[in-house]
Amino acid sequence: MLRLPGASPRTPGHLISAADLTRDDAVLILDTAEEMARVADRPIKKLPTLRGRTVVNLFFEDSTRTRISFEAAAKRLSADVINFSAKGSSVSKGESLKDTALTLEAMGADAVVIRHGSSGAPYRLANSGWIDGAVINAGDGTHEHPTQALLDAFTMRRRLVGADEGIGRDLEGRRITIVGDILHSRVARSNVLLLHTLGAEVTLVAPPTLLPIGVEKWPCEVSYDLDRVLPKSDAVMMLRVQRERMNAAFFPTEREYSRRYGLDGERMARMPDNSIVMHPGPMNRGMEITAEVADSDRCTAVEQVANGVSTRMAVLYLLLGGAVFNTTTVPAVTHSRPASATEENE
Amino acid sequence: MSKILIRGARILGGEARDVLIDGTVVERVDIGIDADDATVVEAEGQILLPGLVDLHTHLREPGREDSETVLTGTRAAAVGGFTAVHAMANTFPVADTAGVVEQVWRLGRESGYCDVQPVGAVTVGLEGKQLAELGAMHDSAAGVRVFSDDGKCVDDAVIMRRALEYVKAFDGVVAQHAQEPRLTEGAQMNEGIVSSELGLGGWPAVAEESIIARDVLLAAHVGSRVHICHLSTAGSVEIVRWAKSKGWNVTAEVTPHHLLLTDELVRTYNPVYKVNPPLRTEADVLALREALADGTIDCVATDHAPHPHEDKDCEWAAAAMGMVGLETALSVVQQTMVDTGLIDWAGVADRMSVRPAQIGRLAGHGRPVSAGEPANLTLVDPAYRGVVDPAGFASRSRNTPYQGRELPGRVTHTFLRGRATVVDGNLA
Repeated sequence: MLRLPGASPRTPGHLISAADLTRDDAVLILDTAEEMARVADRPIKKLPTLRGRTVVNLFFEDSTRTRISFEAAAKRLSADVINFSAKGSSVSKGESLKDTALTLEAMGADAVVIRHGSSGAPYRLANSGWIDGAVINAGDGTHEHPTQALLDAFTMRRRLVGADEGIGRDLEGRRITIVGDILHSRVARSNVLLLHTLGAEVTLVAPPTLLPIGVEKWPCEVSYDLDRVLPKSDAVMMLRVQRERMNAAFFPTEREYSRRYGLDGERMARMPDNSIVMHPGPMNRGMEITAEVADSDRCTAVEQVANGVSTRMAVLYLLLGGAVFNTTTVPAVTHSRPASATEENE
Repeated sequence: MSKILIRGARILGGEARDVLIDGTVVERVDIGIDADDATVVEAEGQILLPGLVDLHTHLREPGREDSETVLTGTRAAAVGGFTAVHAMANTFPVADTAGVVEQVWRLGRESGYCDVQPVGAVTVGLEGKQLAELGAMHDSAAGVRVFSDDGKCVDDAVIMRRALEYVKAFDGVVAQHAQEPRLTEGAQMNEGIVSSELGLGGWPAVAEESIIARDVLLAAHVGSRVHICHLSTAGSVEIVRWAKSKGWNVTAEVTPHHLLLTDELVRTYNPVYKVNPPLRTEADVLALREALADGTIDCVATDHAPHPHEDKDCEWAAAAMGMVGLETALSVVQQTMVDTGLIDWAGVADRMSVRPAQIGRLAGHGRPVSAGEPANLTLVDPAYRGVVDPAGFASRSRNTPYQGRELPGRVTHTFLRGRATVVDGNLA
């Protein structure tokens, strides 16, 4: 199993880090997501698979797309969904993560999807004995966002390999460039781990101020020069750059950032044919990406949202079906309750 | 007072001798002492040290008695072999007036387990803006000699300069918590490969080293002495080594946990490993051990920082920083320094008793084990091996990073001015 040097201990039964996934785990999730995507093409976009199971969306940070995506995924699998957001909750009155977790446990949550501003909060939730259910990390601080990396990989495989041709395959040899605020990006961390696991060649592009200490030990290349990397990129992932970073002197001005690291039509034209532009959203149009690029056919930002639902359906399905990533023989999608972990694929 | 005969202890790890305590002082050190009227402590194979002295303890009283009180903290100190501790000033209210330091000092006297020497704040409210009444704290019954805003750095160079100059009037010392605040905004752990992977805000070594570099230069400039709290990086060691080579009056301490633990442990996100300054790298740990061995670092200080369970039973970012350390300090020093051959037991006596007592100008502690000296003594069984179980701690708090670890050595007896505060490992 891939680890960044000394990566965290594995967390079976949960999805906390992209490092939890082997190549086979990841391909299984992507393949399952393809099957889930077909559900979306049906008149009735629903499977009875998780009927009677309870999924809690526990969001301590503002999030629209991720929360809605998980909610849609759980509902399409017929799970009961409880949405909990910290705003207006007892958390704002000082209730701790532990107290909230104990409350959810008492309510019988089978899975907790957690978004938290503190790096490591999902890990603590999964490993502190506060709850028994599966924990899925929906983004923690500047640590990781593994389902975003999975949906990005799913999008790349579909676009670069093909929906049907991609089944069972990884991203071997694909050249992926991630551009922007790597330092504060949980999306970038998870993507570097997962894409490396899937055999892709990853290059990070950013000003030195927005690269983490020790990035040279990550399984990827690093460049400060976007123009040199673009012609060799099958996919370019633009990260959101928050304007307040400027005030903290990470870069001098928005204009300078856009000129050096923003993607416009002229730069996009230097990318190979059939290459794609990705963005996890929400986009800062005019900052890291121009409207021209964002609205072009090459940009997969909207597709990524749709693919997010399929991918999260796959994760929920597999985890609540008893999958323990990295040691799996996992059921295929059935139209009844989850099969046991030893059942053959259909 | 009764007499106590400690029979057959190896004094500072050397030759076995009998030590007769009469009242509050050591009466005789010899071979084959007979004293029918004395209580005998059989100490064959054990090490007799001068009572340990801690320059850096958080007793939490007044204000956070849910974590620790002077009574519970001094009981923990006695169990750890300490006969004197310096109580840091970051209490509620802050120990920045004669009234508060006298309160802490009196509570220490009443506890009876360990001498408590209050540390006075350098600035009012630890805010770094206005000098506290350093003279009044020195002139008070507490007789404060060590001043520190520990928990916060005196980052204003002018305030630091003035403090260093001012305490010269009464041979005081400023103990600096070296942490450049701007470089450590949002810091959660050591800045490095691990913090980058875990997505936790980095506390870079340079934030410590730059302040130490500034302060040794300031101390040299004004001809005062400065003490550096809890050194944690190899770079800090180099700066202190350089300052000492110049003959400047610079002293430094290291905590037991920085001699043993590394930032790799943070991968568990277990807040028990959250501490300030943070756990650093293996290279830093090795440099700190070497520096303690060669005298660059003068002494071990626990930075005993008790916190209630709920302040650690949470996510990393929300957790309090700090670890309890009084009851495990000597064992960790034995494991990291003695059992590795870096120092002998005489070296332990020097770095855990003699030097901290000298730096704190603490009379009656850190003295030789010889006739006529105050009977502040610690008896250690170096052959003991035990697994740390915080449930048995005397401290009110349990936030130890060593739970479940096997550590060597055990304090069997502690004597404070001839009175046993610990007998057979238990509070008397």
